[in-house]
Amino acid sequence: MFISINQLNKQFTDKNGNPSTVLKDINLAIEKGEFVSILGPSGCGKSTLLSIVAGLTDVTSGEIIVDGTKITKPGKDRGMVFQQAALFPWINVLENVMFPLKKEMSKKEATDQAKKYLKMVQLSNYLEHYPHELSGGMQQRVAIARALAMDPDILLMDEPFGALDEQTRTRLHDQLEDIWTETKKTVLFVTHSISESIKLSDRIIVMGTRPGTVLTDIKVDIPRPRSEHKDKMIEIEEHVMGYLKKEIDKVVSEELNHETSV
Amino acid sequence: MKPVFKRIIFFGIILSLWELGARLGLWTEIILPAPSKVIVSLYSGIENMTLLYDLLASFRRLAVGLAIALILGTSIGVLIAKSKTADDTIGSSLLAFQSVPSIVWLPLAMMWFGLNDKAVIFVVVLGGTFVMALNVRTGIKNVPPLYIRAAQTMGAKGLDLFIRVVFPASIPYFVTGSRLAWAFAWRALIAGELLTTGPGLGYTLRYASDFGDMSMVIGVMIIIGAIGAIVDQLIFQRIEKSVAKRWGLSS
Repeated sequence: MFISINQLNKQFTDKNGNPSTVLKDINLAIEKGEFVSILGPSGCGKSTLLSIVAGLTDVTSGEIIVDGTKITKPGKDRGMVFQQAALFPWINVLENVMFPLKKEMSKKEATDQAKKYLKMVQLSNYLEHYPHELSGGMQQRVAIARALAMDPDILLMDEPFGALDEQTRTRLHDQLEDIWTETKKTVLFVTHSISESIKLSDRIIVMGTRPGTVLTDIKVDIPRPRSEHKDKMIEIEEHVMGYLKKEIDKVVSEELNHETSV
Repeated sequence: MKPVFKRIIFFGIILSLWELGARLGLWTEIILPAPSKVIVSLYSGIENMTLLYDLLASFRRLAVGLAIALILGTSIGVLIAKSKTADDTIGSSLLAFQSVPSIVWLPLAMMWFGLNDKAVIFVVVLGGTFVMALNVRTGIKNVPPLYIRAAQTMGAKGLDLFIRVVFPASIPYFVTGSRLAWAFAWRALIAGELLTTGPGLGYTLRYASDFGDMSMVIGVMIIIGAIGAIVDQLIFQRIEKSVAKRWGLSS
């Protein structure tokens, strides 16, 4: 198995000093080249899970093995795209994409590599622009190019299109699908949008909240391009919604109880 | 009406009243000489080069003092931003130092260095260092954590992370720190020069005062004010604005 997550637990200590469990007994196995969405309501720990795979957050217990090696720190085998583009504003688009390449490549090689991936996200005409001159969608495409430029085996995406408007998001979905088809990266895609996860992924891991657990693992076997198979998409959407509804009700009733008890 | 016209009319009226009052003899010349006299004094000072030499001498002290202040301030700022112990000890005393006008160090400085350039430069250094250090600390502590996380996923760590991400990310604070350091250093410089030997703008101001040459006193005051305003508005505020824009801190 390419990525295996074994008996993973994560606890945080809240401001009163009480431990709270964010992730409980997570077990997952992901094949190389799979596009996997992690879907769940806010607070289910899906972003924390991704951050642990990235090596940015420590585990409380359990382990993550990628390609036979245990994850303890960030590495260039795992590229990450955040909800905000997180581009560095003091360097231009090309230099941003070259950022991860500076150490191991000559300047010429790094430039060529960066240009190749900027072409893939269709931003070849914006090499000299600075991040503040780009729209949100364009910034996010630069961030994707930057993550791809390291040629990682795994692409980790933490609600990458969550802050974009609907039209931009739809366009980026198509672009991401093309990139995935072309590069065959293993993608872990965190989202709270059911339709987004169905549109893009081979598998959907549905997570529940408080504590974060895996509720179910759904295979999406709709042929691509999926826009031609609307009926099947709706069928899966209803199936997923059944799982999520209970979770959302749980969150809502907890919030209501909290309000009345205050 | 455009603001620039309003300003011209405003200052025109003030200067006319001032000139008129002086010519009518409403007060003696030693109290407040007429603007025309001030202009004559400035002109002759520039023509016989004395004011230019003063300006040059003052700028030399300022350049040395400010350069040391910026380097020292940056070093202290980085140290207290990165080390908790340094912040608890050095950091906590910075605000106290910053609230003491640096000119009060002059008597001690004269004992240590003598009545010369070094004493003035010392006061200029103290004027700029603390405010620079405080801004550098704030800048480094306010680097968005997202930048650091993103850089870590791209293999940056340790010194490499500091040089390529933390340092450039805090440049807006470096610029603000430099602007304030300049302002404090400029004030400290003139105060120091008033109390020591020349040449220098402050020294010429006191020299003119000793001889009752009030038109020269006002002339030097105008030069000091003009340079302060020009450097602040034409240089530092412009850099600050363009940096803030590129760093995405303003729309």
